[in-house]
Amino acid sequence: MSAVRVLVGTKKGAFILTSDGKRADWKVSGPHFAGWEIYHVKGSPADPNRLYASQWSGWFGQLIQRSDDGGNSWEPVGNQFTYEGVPGTHQSYDGKPHPWEFKRVWHLEPSLTDPDTVYAGIEDAALFRSTDGGREWKELAGLRRHGSGSAWQPGAGGLCLHTILLDPSDSERIYIAISSAGAFRSDDAGTTWKPINHGLHSLYIPNPTAEVGHCVHRIAMNPTRPHVHFMQKHWDVMRSDDSGDNWHEISGNLPTDFGFPIDVHAHEPDTVYVVPIKSDSEHFPPEGKLRVYRSRTGGNEWEPLTAGLPQSDCYVNVLRDALCVDQLDPCGIYFGTTGGQVYASANSGDSWMAIVRDLPAVLSVEVQTL
Amino acid sequence: MAVQFPASQRNVMDALESAYPTLKGTIRDQVTQERRPFVRFFACSEDLSHQSPDTPLPDSVQSGKEPFLVIGAIAGGRQQ
Repeated sequence: MSAVRVLVGTKKGAFILTSDGKRADWKVSGPHFAGWEIYHVKGSPADPNRLYASQWSGWFGQLIQRSDDGGNSWEPVGNQFTYEGVPGTHQSYDGKPHPWEFKRVWHLEPSLTDPDTVYAGIEDAALFRSTDGGREWKELAGLRRHGSGSAWQPGAGGLCLHTILLDPSDSERIYIAISSAGAFRSDDAGTTWKPINHGLHSLYIPNPTAEVGHCVHRIAMNPTRPHVHFMQKHWDVMRSDDSGDNWHEISGNLPTDFGFPIDVHAHEPDTVYVVPIKSDSEHFPPEGKLRVYRSRTGGNEWEPLTAGLPQSDCYVNVLRDALCVDQLDPCGIYFGTTGGQVYASANSGDSWMAIVRDLPAVLSVEVQTL
Repeated sequence: MAVQFPASQRNVMDALESAYPTLKGTIRDQVTQERRPFVRFFACSEDLSHQSPDTPLPDSVQSGKEPFLVIGAIAGGRQQ
């Protein structure tokens, strides 16, 4: 029988939520790593029992945890993320040069085929890879050194590499996104990189159509159509039909095109989900109504999904790594909020239920289909 | 845990991280080897955090009579 395992990272620990294919009754395990900020937990597509977690605190810094039994037990693996060579500088918020300094791991992306290979997106933005189950990490330095790294500036949350997409149709193709440098693509397994921001327009930067400097919040793709990508930017929802070479806006009738997460239905490549929030300063759901918006046309035409979600006095946010989909049919959609709720839909978003309501602020949500 | 004589902050940390590799980077920065800002070193009721990491620790710590304390930042408490 099918089952799902939802991996939740929060400000004070990780939680694992499990259910059968009906996704109606849930078991809650945790907190794992109580008291620590768990930025991300993700499972290996090649071995569902292999999980990786980014564990961080302001006191004791970064640990990477690995589980080989689906989250029942964990062991710390390697936590040394050393920039290759002389790191140099990027720009600070005020444009002054600032040395590259490791702060934390924002995102872990296990290889599609090898449980021991895993990528890490870090702050200050860089991409690392381990091929031994997380024990040793090596920077894919071609990204920072491709030419524009010295001009990268942080977003409000830091200069972070927060999204890593692995192309299932091409083992050498990797997409990443950085706040606030933009999106980049490698076609040679991470050795060399190019910015893929053509078509993005960001009013608040000196050159609104610059090659780099856009605050890309998230990019997503359906694995069955890996050349089509969707992007939630700092304002604007965008789409590319050519592997990121060109982007066009698909915000359409959204009440606001500001937000953080975006994801694509597992079986309908033109069905896209976003969670609009009011503005770049308030980050509230418009009118205090928590609404996920769904487009079934690949963008532009969006409908609000509200059944089971609070429609008054709701001022939570959904962070960029806190929305995901499972592989079951009907497709399940999951998201976690800064208010500590994790919501699930077992019918592609038509209706929602809260799995849990009172967790610490949710930083990330991933789901494994077992 | 065996520590190279004379015991200093650096020698204690070297021994600790050797015995417990998971602690690497959690008390000292992995690259600079500097004490993490929200962690302090104490011994004999004194805050030794700003001493050179190579300064020998107090005699009573060297002899094992007093412990060397690694303490994370703590908020609160009442000033007496």
